[in-house]
Amino acid sequence: MSLALSAPAFRRFRRHRLAAFGAATIVLLTLGCFLGPFLLPFDDTTIDVMNRFAPPLSGAHVLGTDELGRDMLARLMMGGRVSLIVGFTAMAIGMALGILVGAVAGFHGGWLGAALMRFVDAVLCFPTIFLLLALAALVSPGLLSIIILIAATSWMDVARIVEGQVKSLRERDFAVAAQVLGASDARIIVHELVPNAVAPIVVAATLNVARAILLESYVSFLGYGIQPPVPSWGNMLNNAQIYLTSAPWLAILPGLAITLAVTSFNFLGDGLRDALDPRMRAR
Amino acid sequence: MSGFLARRLGQSLVLLVLVSMVGFAILHLAPGGPMSQFASGSDMTQEDLDRIAEQLGLNRPLPVQYAEWFWRMLQGDWGRSYRDGEAVLNVIGSHLGATLQLMLTATLLAIIIGVVIGTLGAIRRHSIFDTLATVGAMIALSIPTFWFGLVAIYVFSVWLDWLPSGNRFTPGDGSPLDLLRHLILPAMVLALVETAIWSRFMRSSMLDVVNQDYIRTARAKGVPEARILLRHAFRNAALPMITVLGLQLPTLLGGALVTETVFTWPGMGRLFLDSISYRDYPVVMGILMFSATLVLLGSLLADLLHAVADPRIRLG
Repeated sequence: MSLALSAPAFRRFRRHRLAAFGAATIVLLTLGCFLGPFLLPFDDTTIDVMNRFAPPLSGAHVLGTDELGRDMLARLMMGGRVSLIVGFTAMAIGMALGILVGAVAGFHGGWLGAALMRFVDAVLCFPTIFLLLALAALVSPGLLSIIILIAATSWMDVARIVEGQVKSLRERDFAVAAQVLGASDARIIVHELVPNAVAPIVVAATLNVARAILLESYVSFLGYGIQPPVPSWGNMLNNAQIYLTSAPWLAILPGLAITLAVTSFNFLGDGLRDALDPRMRAR
Repeated sequence: MSGFLARRLGQSLVLLVLVSMVGFAILHLAPGGPMSQFASGSDMTQEDLDRIAEQLGLNRPLPVQYAEWFWRMLQGDWGRSYRDGEAVLNVIGSHLGATLQLMLTATLLAIIIGVVIGTLGAIRRHSIFDTLATVGAMIALSIPTFWFGLVAIYVFSVWLDWLPSGNRFTPGDGSPLDLLRHLILPAMVLALVETAIWSRFMRSSMLDVVNQDYIRTARAKGVPEARILLRHAFRNAALPMITVLGLQLPTLLGGALVTETVFTWPGMGRLFLDSISYRDYPVVMGILMFSATLVLLGSLLADLLHAVADPRIRLG
């Protein structure tokens, strides 16, 4: 029990270190993916048949080349752009939708609130991947459609969080005061309620970026997401499966990139939860 | 108890109707719709298409189609596959066993390992083991399942050549040992994420219990620490885990789909993907509805079991 006093400090240290690691990695990945391609001597689409399947660290290509002799590092960077863009935009759209539904349901309550939240429950019954794939197969694949589809399948938990928060906050004195002063419903929601629920929203947003990156990689891996020749971490793995025996780096590198990015966002989200919202603190 | 039961059943029925509406809307409002498969064939005239739509009843108003479809579903008529005319429920049924086998094995593995890790982590809170387990669980949750499957195949099938890389058994050899050898890799891959989740839930449940008054009372009475943890704390901490079973079902089903694609495991997930690429709407729809219903029933069952095990729940 002698640890009891120092334990919280130790925990904060550890948590923050992981969160800091996550944040630093995200910044580095973003910079690397968006600026890196300008510094590389290779283009991600240049085919070089004389240099097919060059292993990593074997020559001019630091991370080797793929089945068409394209530079892996350049492709990983360009794929990273796609993954990060999908992650952030799908998160933003999903959050906007979730906050809207949750705020309306929580504020109005009654039959409208109940109907909206039962709808959320119903959508949550479908395993996300089943829903996403069924939808992805119906529309023409592309960057925009995959972003919208991922957003469409990941707004529900945010709606639940915001509904709960708004419901409890709207009875509080500051919200009632705003109402008495004649503020409109929309104004109370936007200026009084949502800002007070910002901590769990930020945490959910961070974790949703991680989820969106994972979902994109899987849908692209199956061929319903980002289409070649545009690389994404997911569709790079699609081809890699065939060459698993002869060129394992084609499969290992994109997967490591996904894991690194997703882990970073999860660490950051977890750290933010500790820092921003003591009530939700994971022990 | 009967009041709780009736309320919970009523909620589930309402949810089931809503689920069916969501599912129906998804496939019918999407561009192309159920006719896209026929429209893509170049040798079909508009008249042919109209006739097919007429035959399949696709030209009637959507609410009518929905009402009839839902009524038929309740009677067990889930339509026929566009591919071979087989009844959808039969198609699903013939793939369900493989999926359930995979899910049950993985869940069992995950519960055993996860509960041990979670309990040890809670007892030795903030120890090096606990820290490693926490960080490890977070990384496990971040690894894409399908990629982990590829890596597992590379290590255990290609490199070490210990285990087969896919399928449920070797054709011509259906011995239990052969089945087991095929099951190990996919079950291990599916269990990774589940283990991480179970260990987290178990840890926090154990921590909830350890801080309760009756544990302090037991300590004050001089009950040995091991006995407190195993008899008093563990039992009460394991109880809420029943709900995790229900809660985890959507993730587990999704994970099974992903795992099946990598290991060519002939289950429902594989069937779902094949049906999607063939635009076999009745089967896609059937699997969507089947899995959502399974999730619904799973959480209902978990709640009821929890209520039976813990009398406090029924009063809420």
